[in-house]
Amino acid sequence: MRWFAIWRRNFLVWRKLVIASVLTNLADPLILLFGLGYGLGALLPSVEGMSYIAFFAAGTLCSATMFTASFESMFSGFARMHGQKTWDSILYAPLTIDDIVTGEIVWAASKAWLSGATILAVAAVFGLAASPLVILTLPVAFLVGLAFAAVGLIMCVLAKNWDFFSFYMTLIMTPMTMISGVFFPADQLPRPVHLFAQVLPLYHGVELVRPLVAGRLPDHVLIHLAVLLVYAAAGYAIAIMYARRRFTA
Amino acid sequence: MTVLKARALRKRYGALEVVSGLDLDVAPGECFGLLGPNGAGKTTTLRLCLGLTHPDAGEIELLGEPVPRRAREARRRIGVVPQFDNLDPDFTVEENLLVFGRYFSMPASEVRAKVPGLLEFAGLAGREDARINTLSGGMKRRLTLARALINDPQLIFMDEPTTGLDPQARHLIWERLRQLTQEGKTLVLTTHHMEEAERLCHRLAIIDRGRLIAAGSPRELIAKHIEPHVVEVHGNGFEAWMERARALAARVERAGDTVFVYATEAAPVLADLQNHPDLIYLHRPASLEDVFLKLTGRDLRD
Repeated sequence: MRWFAIWRRNFLVWRKLVIASVLTNLADPLILLFGLGYGLGALLPSVEGMSYIAFFAAGTLCSATMFTASFESMFSGFARMHGQKTWDSILYAPLTIDDIVTGEIVWAASKAWLSGATILAVAAVFGLAASPLVILTLPVAFLVGLAFAAVGLIMCVLAKNWDFFSFYMTLIMTPMTMISGVFFPADQLPRPVHLFAQVLPLYHGVELVRPLVAGRLPDHVLIHLAVLLVYAAAGYAIAIMYARRRFTA
Repeated sequence: MTVLKARALRKRYGALEVVSGLDLDVAPGECFGLLGPNGAGKTTTLRLCLGLTHPDAGEIELLGEPVPRRAREARRRIGVVPQFDNLDPDFTVEENLLVFGRYFSMPASEVRAKVPGLLEFAGLAGREDARINTLSGGMKRRLTLARALINDPQLIFMDEPTTGLDPQARHLIWERLRQLTQEGKTLVLTTHHMEEAERLCHRLAIIDRGRLIAAGSPRELIAKHIEPHVVEVHGNGFEAWMERARALAARVERAGDTVFVYATEAAPVLADLQNHPDLIYLHRPASLEDVFLKLTGRDLRD
């Protein structure tokens, strides 16, 4: 639990700026949700048995979680590691780079979870998530957060400068959002693309969250959970490996 | 009994061996200085001793713990003041100390009890709520020193503790460091400020290109490596005079427009200078800087 000191440090900073932080994290997804949800939704019949806005709210829950976890672990992590050298100062204490990586990933996942949970709360207020099953989306959101935080932290400890992240954002995250069923059912896309989406973590997050929002238990729960867990665990191991290389070599 | 022992330490970055077979011993309660020109391997040596960087070869024992294997345990009783301030800009002065104390798993009440004394020591009492970016360079360095003391360390590592500070700020830091050695703490500092080394350090190691080239107390090093008198001469005709000087003194060196005469006896040199009214001279006792320049050369190190 040594990593908790790092989690706590980030939490204390976040608490100072909590309103700005929550607003900036939520503004984008909520504008998109209500804009597209009501605007586009009016043109569409129900999608997979749900109103389009409820369908899209489930996708937004996942994509907002993904974006928060990724931004926090990449941009904020890099600022702490590289810009303000906070990691260096933490290493003077009886803590290791492994503790820092763990603390940063769990922190980014926690912040991502809060984004997902807030989207869920907004959706519930608007009557888009009425079933008690939606409670189960909360642990799923944390797992999605862990998976993307771990991968984001690999990017962080590999980065030489800020530009490095734009490759990951533009070439990986944006297309992943398009093909993982956030905006429309993933099987609308050509079969190879649909198959490719299934090796990516976001797809599995959406496959778990959407049925729960609709009030049903998802199919193939274990497979979806397993993919997310593998991304989180492998990402964590790789992030630690590269962090050690960066700091102790 | 040593608090820090390093044997045959080696570290390579690419083609460049930054530390090449270094031995160090630091005794409890002493202020030990690591001197060397830029790029001599001082900072890397400190990082190796702290277990932050892993050596390619060699052994390190820090407060009885093998490093890097048990460096984390050793760091419980160690403080670090880095060359470049890395105070947490997201927190105030007081919060910096509170948060840092928690990295040592100290209970919140214990950290909180220590903060007023540390701020007093750092001359920052009354600035608890100041933001880091409003502090001067000297204040930041003092806060960094206070932060390094939060765990009441036995041994404190300092990487160029006064680089970039004005004389007032520097003297205050020196006074605080002397206070710490009087309290029985062991200090290891790197510097290329010779006055600092001469004033503070009980023992010094001069390193260059990753190797130890001399070690001892400042007085021992001066006595062993250099003639006791130095006469610096410049002015019209200094080049011609330089040839005469070679007969009068043990060693004569030229750096730009100045001749440095190193002599066992200053009288013959000074007597001869009376016959050359165009020359301007300064007679002074030999200092650590003369030793340093003799051993590491006058070439620029960038």
